[in-house]
Amino acid sequence: MHLDTEHIAPGEILVEVKNLVKYFPIRGGVLRRVVDWVKAVDGVSFGIRRGETLGLVGESGCGKTTLGITMLRLLKPNSGQVDFAGVNIYDLNTEQLKMMRRKMQIIFQDPYASLNPRKPIGESIMAGLNIHGIGTRHERVDIMLDMLQKVGLEGYYAHRFPHEFSGGQRQRIGIARALALQPEFVICDEPISALDVSIQSQVLNLLKDLQDEYHLTYLFIAHNLSVVEFISDRVAVMYLGKIVELAAREELFSHPLHYYTQAIMSAIPIADPKANRQRIILEGEVPTPINPPSGCHFHPRCPLATQECMLEEPPFLEVKPDHWVACWHIGLDIPVNSQLEEMPRER
Amino acid sequence: MSDKTVKSLLTVSHLKTHFFTEDGVVKAVDDVSFHINEGEIVGLVGESGCGKTVTSLSIIGLISKPGKVVDGEILYEGQDLLKLSYEQLSDIRGNRISMIFQQPQTSLNPVFTVGEQVAEVLQIHRGMSTKEAWEHAVEMLSQVGIPSPEKRAFAYPHELSGGQAQRVMIAMALIMKPNLLIADEPTTALDVTIQAQILDLMRGLNKKMGTAIILITHDLGVIAGIAGRVAVMYAGKIVEQSTVETLFEDPRHPYTKGLINSIPILGRVKNRLEVIPGVVPNLIDLPQGCAFAPRCEARTANGLEICAEQMPDMTPIADGHEVRCWLYTDQDKPSPKKSL
Ligand SMILES: Nc1ncnc2c1ncn2[C@@H]1O[C@H](COP(=O)(O)OP(=O)(O)OP(=O)(O)O)[C@@H](O)[C@H]1O
Ligand code: SF4
Ligand SMILES: [Mg+2]
Repeated sequence: MHLDTEHIAPGEILVEVKNLVKYFPIRGGVLRRVVDWVKAVDGVSFGIRRGETLGLVGESGCGKTTLGITMLRLLKPNSGQVDFAGVNIYDLNTEQLKMMRRKMQIIFQDPYASLNPRKPIGESIMAGLNIHGIGTRHERVDIMLDMLQKVGLEGYYAHRFPHEFSGGQRQRIGIARALALQPEFVICDEPISALDVSIQSQVLNLLKDLQDEYHLTYLFIAHNLSVVEFISDRVAVMYLGKIVELAAREELFSHPLHYYTQAIMSAIPIADPKANRQRIILEGEVPTPINPPSGCHFHPRCPLATQECMLEEPPFLEVKPDHWVACWHIGLDIPVNSQLEEMPRER
Repeated sequence: MSDKTVKSLLTVSHLKTHFFTEDGVVKAVDDVSFHINEGEIVGLVGESGCGKTVTSLSIIGLISKPGKVVDGEILYEGQDLLKLSYEQLSDIRGNRISMIFQQPQTSLNPVFTVGEQVAEVLQIHRGMSTKEAWEHAVEMLSQVGIPSPEKRAFAYPHELSGGQAQRVMIAMALIMKPNLLIADEPTTALDVTIQAQILDLMRGLNKKMGTAIILITHDLGVIAGIAGRVAVMYAGKIVEQSTVETLFEDPRHPYTKGLINSIPILGRVKNRLEVIPGVVPNLIDLPQGCAFAPRCEARTANGLEICAEQMPDMTPIADGHEVRCWLYTDQDKPSPKKSL
């Protein structure tokens, strides 16, 4: 088994998630028996192509982060597999796993929590290089200084500690640390949502530049659709542990087929008072992934739902070339009912 | 466009609220002036730490040590709120002016049912009987869209989702039919589909009950969809204010321009975003002069020396459009007219 990626051309599948399931037990009673399951990732399949950014959107608690960390084998799945360059990562032995960790990295939402507060940031960036015994000490320092410069920080910052940096700078450090090992695949989990608004675009542009320079493949997890639209080549929409729709960016944003995708697109606030669009206000609450609804998980909030939706889970099908949807009633136009109204323009 | 029939409800003038901390004086709010008319929705937008919450807490008189309102005037229906006694202010707060916060769950008392908490407001301010207050509370819960309110009124806060808890907060805030609601990031903690429900509810209540709303947020998208006028804050000061259309179509302050161009907007795909260089300043050791100067590319492009030396005043550039920036302020005049 090897993790060679040379045979994978840009645009071919680099990472493939197959029927991945991750449940967390809820224990109760004196015996701490399992009384319930949080179905965080509930049978998910998709591929990520070499060199692309796949955006993953969904509301809080829908399982985005769990999916991301399970994909890196930081959690053990209940079933299913993740293939990296054609090799199931859960089958790797310790030595191979170490190799895999170099190639697959993650950038977290909260850069502060993920940096060691007692280590100068230069050391944190070099930690991975040390573990993998890459180069001499001198070479490692060079790589680290080079990475710092790539993310827009001066070399003398290497001696400073995390608390001396702003949120945006810390996120740059997190990026430098993830990229120091020259990974091929990087999961970015909400990398900008903890940053000041005026700093977010700096980091988004940086991620794009680094992708171009190092031919990186990204899984970009976010709840903000506008950000996902900016950064992604293709976009997957997640709802309660399932991917409900996946398509190329333009296709998804111009022809969303799942009612949930249509609803979040119409719900996201647009920074343009003239934007005139249909407003779908979804009723009901975001249900919890503990005992999610039967059939299609979305059916209690879906105005199109029928008996079928309640009873049986819809398959995730490629309904158009490269456009995947899980819904029993796709192709129906949005019904004209009281839920729809022109965007109110009252002043 | 100033319509002569509109009546100003609240006018904040030259408000300064500072925190006297061990590390130094935090000028959280420093010369803030704006007004809101009856029935209007005004947005107060700015990044984290720019003084939005302190502005609203100053209005309802909830600034405590080490903070202090050190200057200014807050005229509400003709009286200066800053000159009222604690009792007079308590009477206005929750009765005529209400406030809702970002974290609805933590603002509710965990040991009382939501019905009791909404009803209590009426018992305190109206001296209603328990039964009568309860009936009104259930009616209000229904108005804010709580399903089966007669049952949900018996629920405790922890049994509610974030969206429902925010609806309960809104019910509590509006049950006295105040004419001003201050909503501080009311939807920031909520998911996008639930945010849409709450914003829709606030729009509806503004229309139906005529409640004026000061909506505080860091999200320009939220502002664009709900507010009539907007004030943009940066480092304790309002730097630009205008109608919402003008702000997005013709922003003038370099910070506002930068901010609007730096956010991705759905449906307008760009290859790169514009960037505001540098970082948000620390309010303790603010640079002398314009607080945005260290990040301002317009200043360098125009060779403005004065920016680093002196803070510009709010300067009207069109009817209802004001900017705090030397690009639009005459340097020769000692001090342009201070305006509201
Ligand atoms: N009790 C306090 N003691 C000292 N400083 C304070 C206190 N409360 C607020 N500040 C400071 O005042 C400034 C403005 O804070 P404020 O809470 O108004 O910001 P904000 O615009 O509401 O931010 P956010 O978007 O994060 O809610 C900040 O620098 C903050 O640290
Ligand atoms: S006053 Fe000067 S530094 Fe401040 S925003 Fe205007 S041009 Fe820029
Ligand atoms: Mg605040």
